[in-house]
Amino acid sequence: MKEVIKTAAKNTIQGSTRGTMVQAINMALQREMERDGSVILIGEDIGVNGGVFRVTEGLLEKFGPDRVIDTPIAEATIVGSALGLAVKGFRPVVELQFDGFMFPAFEQIIAHISRIRNRSRGRFNLPIVIRAPYGGGVKTLEHHSESPESYFAHTPGLKVVIPASPKDALGLMVSAIRDPDPVIFLEPKKVYRAMKEELPDSEYTTPIGPSRVVLEGEDLTIIAWGAMIKTVLNAVEQLQDELAPEVVDARTISPMDDTVIINSAKKTGRVLIVHEAPKTLGFGAECVALINEKAFFHLKAPIKRLTGADTIIPLVKLEHRYMPNEKGIVYEARKLMEH
Amino acid sequence: MAITRFCDFEVESISILAENGDVDTGLLPADLSEDGYLGIYRHMLVTRIFDEVAISLQREGRLMTYPPCLGQEGAIVGASYALQQQDWLFPSFRESGACLMRGHPMDKLFQFWSGDERGTNVPDGVNCFTMSIPVATQISHATGFAWGSRLKRDNVVTMVFFGDGASSKGDAHESMNFAGVYKLPIVFVCQNNQWAISVPFSKQSASPTIAQRALAYGFKGVHVDGNDPIAVYKAASEAVERARKENEPTLIELVTYRVGNHTTADDWQRYRSREEVAEWVKRDPVKRMKGYLVSLGIWNDKKDRQAIEEIKKEVLLAHKKSEQVEPPDIEDMFRYHYGEMPPMLQEQLDEFRGREE
Repeated sequence: MKEVIKTAAKNTIQGSTRGTMVQAINMALQREMERDGSVILIGEDIGVNGGVFRVTEGLLEKFGPDRVIDTPIAEATIVGSALGLAVKGFRPVVELQFDGFMFPAFEQIIAHISRIRNRSRGRFNLPIVIRAPYGGGVKTLEHHSESPESYFAHTPGLKVVIPASPKDALGLMVSAIRDPDPVIFLEPKKVYRAMKEELPDSEYTTPIGPSRVVLEGEDLTIIAWGAMIKTVLNAVEQLQDELAPEVVDARTISPMDDTVIINSAKKTGRVLIVHEAPKTLGFGAECVALINEKAFFHLKAPIKRLTGADTIIPLVKLEHRYMPNEKGIVYEARKLMEH
Repeated sequence: MAITRFCDFEVESISILAENGDVDTGLLPADLSEDGYLGIYRHMLVTRIFDEVAISLQREGRLMTYPPCLGQEGAIVGASYALQQQDWLFPSFRESGACLMRGHPMDKLFQFWSGDERGTNVPDGVNCFTMSIPVATQISHATGFAWGSRLKRDNVVTMVFFGDGASSKGDAHESMNFAGVYKLPIVFVCQNNQWAISVPFSKQSASPTIAQRALAYGFKGVHVDGNDPIAVYKAASEAVERARKENEPTLIELVTYRVGNHTTADDWQRYRSREEVAEWVKRDPVKRMKGYLVSLGIWNDKKDRQAIEEIKKEVLLAHKKSEQVEPPDIEDMFRYHYGEMPPMLQEQLDEFRGREE
């Protein structure tokens, strides 16, 4: 909590522009490319096309083809060569076009990107950001709606960052680019254009690590991240006459500074964790374990997870029944209050 | 010691039915009768009309993102037509037309593109694998399937479709290497439609053809005018024959053009000129094939209009049928992960149902 307030104070807003998450990430990329000549963008369709979600729109025109580079379709080599570029002194920001297309690059991420600092005993560090749109809810094809955050959070040496709002996307992306270590930056595609926020016109960063209290409350803690934050807030609105949940955005899931989550669990004594990813070994399981280790005696009820099923996220005709929704959150929150 | 010429390579390029209607009669495939030409043309029309209907349904919000194949009908149909009943086809996401030819029921295909996964259930006896959405991944699946045919000596040929973008992925290289090493009965069909979303072939590869890569894997590569359905058929049927009789893989590059968008979520005007597209529209394979049938005296405008009307009705009827099915039960989401549903999943299914009540 203290951490959050301190952060907000440091970033006193003077001028600002209203923008979506797409605009916020574009702004972050642009600012860092202007500030630091070693920042380059590589990926599929990020140049002329501006990315399939238009996140890199206008950057080719502004920074030229040596800094905004369209690659052949080859995720393994895009990521593997980002490693080499980083050793050579660049700060590559890689775009992998969809969550499901991160997997061809899995070996490079898991077996090399995450390990070079350790393998070289600290001589080489990799200031690489690997961006990918992730998550469901946009009615698209298979492999375009995955929530792979746990795979990466389970890998030592990676940082895994997931913004839930435009402003956080701006601040976290700037921090990710400046970070000396590899950051997996998962962008909830459902949020891309779903909301606008004031985006500070001047220097703005959000620290990687701590969670954020989105809404203060007393009765129970709801932990979520990515697109689920919006769903949780909608559900909380429906509950406003009966209880006051505290909503926590676990925006860095690894390595996580768990202070906010633990303090909130201690305060409310009831915890509901909501995520899109399948249940088994989803990051919710880690939250349960952390709270169990650090706040067990403050709990008034068993911690509850409301997650995707242990199934492949289905196509559109069933997708809405897979995704945690407002109704389910209200149902589980009420059940928790029975304890 | 000396520097000597160690290897010599050449890449064949085939064209039979030219853009202006000229035909190289000496090259016409010997095994195609008039019915064969009519069959190819009819499947091309079905492919085109299915595509047009799918695009308009997507715009109405009734289908998911859909990848059109406008302009590639000659490549898709010409190659698939070379397969026999017992052969297998592994499509990428752009070959709905080929799936239909193999016998995937049209209403099921619409059901799939509408986001109902029950539509991906290819009926028994239809030798067509389920579509692979991630680029190039189906190439290794097909390679394994062909490997199985080689081990079983069952005389089945496998054909796999992929695009110029997919040719950049390791999957393509690794699969073709396997096929060369194990001498597999497989036909690699690369539709070089010039654009991988916004990236032109010139930025995908520095080599003038994809076909030439076959030489490095130790088998034949053929470069074909992909908008010439007859040349495509000829190259494909020769490759199928080579696979069946000699266990020789072939890489066929079909030079064609994606006239429409990459998918319905794409906008080609962002990355290529109207002039370029117009140039390729002139090479339309459907028009070209129709011209040839008319020149043979076995087709005319009246028959063409009738066929188009008939197919349109058939396609719309199939779509109607696909929309008449009951929505899937939530159990459909859980049912197919394991041979038997584990108790843990049954518990989750019950929990999901409980929350929905």
